[in-house]
Amino acid sequence: VIGVLVVVLVIAYGVHDVAQTGLNGLSLGSVYALGAVGLTLVYGILKLVNFAHGDFLTFGAYMAFLVSVTWGAPLILGIVFAIAATAALGVAFERIMWGPMRARKAGLLQLLLMSIGLAFLLQNTIQFIWGTQIRDLDVNVTDTVEFLGLRIGRTDLLVIVVGFVTLLAIGLMLRYTLLGKRMRALSDNFDLAETAGVDTSRVVLYTWVFAGGLAGLAGVLAGAVTTVKPQMGFELLLPIFAAVILGGIGDAFGALAGGIVLGLVIEWSTLVIEPRWKISVGFAVLILVLFIRPQGIFGRARAI
Amino acid sequence: MTPPLGITFEAFTDFGFWTSVGILAGTYTIFTLGLQLNVGFTGIVNFGQAGFMAIGAYTMGILVVKYDWSFWLALPAAVLVAVAFGLLIGLPSLRLRADYFAIATIAAAEIVRITAQNARELTGGNQGLFGFDESWNGVSNSIEGWLESLGWSNPETLFPLFLVVWATALVATVLLYFMQRSPWGRVLRAVREDEDAARALGKNALVYKLQSLSIAATLGALAGFFLALNLNFLNPEEFEPLFTFIGYAVLVLGGLANYWGVAFGAIIMWTILEGTRFIDLPISAEREAAVRFMVVGLVLILLMAFRPQGVFGKKEEMVLGD
Repeated sequence: VIGVLVVVLVIAYGVHDVAQTGLNGLSLGSVYALGAVGLTLVYGILKLVNFAHGDFLTFGAYMAFLVSVTWGAPLILGIVFAIAATAALGVAFERIMWGPMRARKAGLLQLLLMSIGLAFLLQNTIQFIWGTQIRDLDVNVTDTVEFLGLRIGRTDLLVIVVGFVTLLAIGLMLRYTLLGKRMRALSDNFDLAETAGVDTSRVVLYTWVFAGGLAGLAGVLAGAVTTVKPQMGFELLLPIFAAVILGGIGDAFGALAGGIVLGLVIEWSTLVIEPRWKISVGFAVLILVLFIRPQGIFGRARAI
Repeated sequence: MTPPLGITFEAFTDFGFWTSVGILAGTYTIFTLGLQLNVGFTGIVNFGQAGFMAIGAYTMGILVVKYDWSFWLALPAAVLVAVAFGLLIGLPSLRLRADYFAIATIAAAEIVRITAQNARELTGGNQGLFGFDESWNGVSNSIEGWLESLGWSNPETLFPLFLVVWATALVATVLLYFMQRSPWGRVLRAVREDEDAARALGKNALVYKLQSLSIAATLGALAGFFLALNLNFLNPEEFEPLFTFIGYAVLVLGGLANYWGVAFGAIIMWTILEGTRFIDLPISAEREAAVRFMVVGLVLILLMAFRPQGVFGKKEEMVLGD
């Protein structure tokens, strides 16, 4: 389907425009994909639809802002700090909230509403500390690089490179390392994995480290190409959900691909419709996928 | 003597303050009754209630302002559009699992809001939509005149709206209460408890869920009308997902599977949200707003952790366990 879409767009708008918007789509898509992997792993393993995941992104962006703008350290330190801090945040809430709630056999809605409460708490704590002003990470967004006649912002290029390297690393990790296999096993069938001797509580902790760390990174990247504000995470959350569903909920590889595909589709849509509508394209894709293929574009038809 | 923290209590004895809190609480009672029917009694997690509210309010506004419809004709038309939208979303997505349905409805509501923001010719976008309330002002004035004839000199301008909102909320609560005790209501609960068993008894679960969603859409649209009349204009910001979540906070405050608890939850919630504006903390207004919602978030977390059935909910009716 994607291939046909590209061909049609190329015929209608020319190779240059399609490639140019495609680059923007890759940069947007890597943010979605990084956010989506964590969200889908947490869902798959813990059966938690985490509405606070978007605010993990916001938290990461503000951590980078704190280190690299307020303290004046180089951005790379800010990124590392953001990843570490957001991972720690994920683990902290697992320890004080999600772990105890699972032990009490809390239901789906109960956990869902708790995550919404947590989203309120995180977003407004950030707003309390940093205010509603729109900030930016001190990066050069005007510098562009040209190649093959395409222009791309240096920051966008950096986002694409960092995003893709990380996504590749996660993909390999999930596929080949023992931890990755354990994560996928838990996601497939938690009880069976536990019976088979997997130390589930450790894998759960690592899952939060991953989900938090990747969300933190995604937040910094989103903040670098756009701006940093308290609502940024919540605004990113629904497209990230769309990416998760596109890839089949709970499927980590699917989420990676779903994020990239969604970023591309959203940016390509600006060739056809006015850019101010582009955010609703993400939601339309989400609903369409739910209606036509709720198991995701790569998913097997299972009980949905 | 100045009270500690500079809290002034004058606001709490001010009739105008309670009228405006009352209108908000009444509007959100109607709004949340729909969620109660869906979540508490049918077991479907509707996260798009703000979208139904938006559809109701905007359809009414657009028909009156842009197409010169009569206000009284636009109201039922707007309810029909909201119900049609509910069926459109519900028909395919109610077959899915609860969590998918939640995400599908919130996405649908966001599409509505973004459309309201961007279709500027029709909705006025962020500038807002004005001028749909002439007919209502006439009614409001005659209620005011009637109140004066009862010997009340100079009543609040918004008091007639307060009366109509709460009359609607009361009627809706009583109706839902009796519908729930009817055979129809018992089937809904059967669907909630065990859909397969309900189906085995020959009940078409999907039809019952769609009916439940349609009623919620109707209540959402009604809440939208009152929101519009209260503000005198429509702005997409009033329909953010935040307001659906406030509805959920109201719902769990009042207790799940209890229609009478909804009004209680709504009054508590809006007294907190509006009343705290008068507490003079030594921080900026922006920070005060943040603290308010931090508290809402914390209340939601603690309620779900320690008393998931809410204040008046019954443990046996806990649908949260699945």
